[in-house]
Amino acid sequence: MLAQPHQTHRQQDPLIWDREAETRPREALEALQLERLRDLVARVAQVPFYRDHFARQAIGPHSIRSLADLRRLPFTTKDDLRAQHPLGFLAVPRGQVARIHGSSGTTGRPTFVAYTKGDLALWSNLCARFLVAGGLRPEHTAQVAFGYGLFTGGFGLHYGIERVGAAVIPVSAGNTRRQIEIMRDLGSDALICTPSYALTIADGARELGLDPRALPIRYGFFGGEPWTEDMRREIEDQLDIVATNNYGLSEVIGPGVSGECPARAGMHIQEDHFLVECLDPETLEPVPDGEPGELVITTLTREAMPMVRYRTRDIARLDRAPCACGRRTLRMSRVTGRTDDMLIIRGVNVFPSQIEEALLRVEGTTPHYLIEVARPGTLDEVHVKVEIRPELFSDRMDRMQALCERISREIQTVAGIRAHVDLVEPQHIERFVGKAKRVHDRRNLTD
Amino acid sequence: MKLQQLSVFLENRPGRLGAPLEAIAAAGINILTLSLADTAQFGILRLIVREWDKAKAILEQAGWIVNLTEVVAVEVPDRPGGLAGVLDVIEGAELNIEYVYAFSLRRDDKAVLIFRFEHPDQAIQVLLGQGLHVIDGDELMGYVG
Ligand SMILES: [Zn+2]
Repeated sequence: MLAQPHQTHRQQDPLIWDREAETRPREALEALQLERLRDLVARVAQVPFYRDHFARQAIGPHSIRSLADLRRLPFTTKDDLRAQHPLGFLAVPRGQVARIHGSSGTTGRPTFVAYTKGDLALWSNLCARFLVAGGLRPEHTAQVAFGYGLFTGGFGLHYGIERVGAAVIPVSAGNTRRQIEIMRDLGSDALICTPSYALTIADGARELGLDPRALPIRYGFFGGEPWTEDMRREIEDQLDIVATNNYGLSEVIGPGVSGECPARAGMHIQEDHFLVECLDPETLEPVPDGEPGELVITTLTREAMPMVRYRTRDIARLDRAPCACGRRTLRMSRVTGRTDDMLIIRGVNVFPSQIEEALLRVEGTTPHYLIEVARPGTLDEVHVKVEIRPELFSDRMDRMQALCERISREIQTVAGIRAHVDLVEPQHIERFVGKAKRVHDRRNLTD
Repeated sequence: MKLQQLSVFLENRPGRLGAPLEAIAAAGINILTLSLADTAQFGILRLIVREWDKAKAILEQAGWIVNLTEVVAVEVPDRPGGLAGVLDVIEGAELNIEYVYAFSLRRDDKAVLIFRFEHPDQAIQVLLGQGLHVIDGDELMGYVG
């Protein structure tokens, strides 16, 4: 089933976790992918969404004669997942589900992602691949400052670290001072968090009168939000660490879809488990290599909730050139944008529709609003500007403040972020012809 | 005996206070008094004007959100402890005050308190019963001429 490296294997080759899988010659890799794709088509016939589509198009495992036949299969979108809420995409009996995570929904309801025991083993192994590629070793201690919960970041990395054989400290997110104390007391070698939180830790150390470069951490594994090469230089310089990027999304598994190697020239895609296409989001035709396009991911080996051509909405570029590190897998660039209006705020996916939902709950109708995102220091800050309506205006200050607090609380409930609510006068948010502009992102997050 | 107070929502931006006042002044409406409550995020401008309905229409026309509230004007007796006396009466009767602001009438140099009570009618009965001078709209406007 899943390729699991042997103990001896790891000792022989400390730099590549799963040498056979990560350095497989293209021809052998494609043969494996084809075999797994056929198997996938057979397995997803358990899922009504795919079964119906396959029945209409007369598609079955026999239809997959080459990898090019992937294009005969339907796309899967976030809306499709939502329409099958909560677990309509399950391809195994419910009793085989070993864990359920969730990703933020566009209206506040999470979409759930299920894992079998085999999926969890695969996930740990995929995380182990990028952790080792980025410098983690069994004798290290790694501190996880991602939240543990429905979000896949905390648990995904946690078990990946254990898989490598390193010691894991599950500190979870927040409480910067405590993070620094634990890091110093236990001599953490590696830090796992969002890139912006790494900078917060550096700031926090300085506030405590410490030199951030003197902190014990030497490796940083960052993901969960967009960042730039400038930010990497800043993080590495301020903390004196090697910082690598990793990528994943909960709908397909979580972190572990791809990650950087020491060459740091793109993230190696774990192609034995994911088929990644890079398509023009308008025409849905492949873009030439090196051109930006939407990543569309097919999970080849996921058991509980396999995805066929999942449209990630993430924009990136693919690079098929050989890499200096010896891995032969395809590499992807950083995510440079989205094809929808999703924002990532402090590692949390936020859709404007969630803010709308929160406003609707408070006001009974959607007022004009604008989401302003900035990164004044190291952390994202969100201001939601809301045009006040006569029905909600009171001459009493306490009522007005309570209104702001209620909106803020609903935003926290629906979108999972803290936002400052700024009430503004009517007509003071710019109107656009056609689609309203709901977001003003002042962070400069593309290279 | 109640007065109509206009409240105007203001964003917290420099110069925001001037604009509604200018709009009212341009229509030749006298402003008897004003008070501004504000936070870092926004402000509430409260106005007592001579022709409140006209002023309200002008402000709304210009795009402001205006809210109409009944408030009560009480003259502060011109003697030592006059202010404390008024407050004692209110406290003794357990009248709920949402907010209060003070101003003085130019003529006679009389001090006046504007109260936003939770129950203005009940409050007026209590104040009158205690012999306090509740100033009605006509009288108050008489001072502005
Ligand atoms: Zn490489």
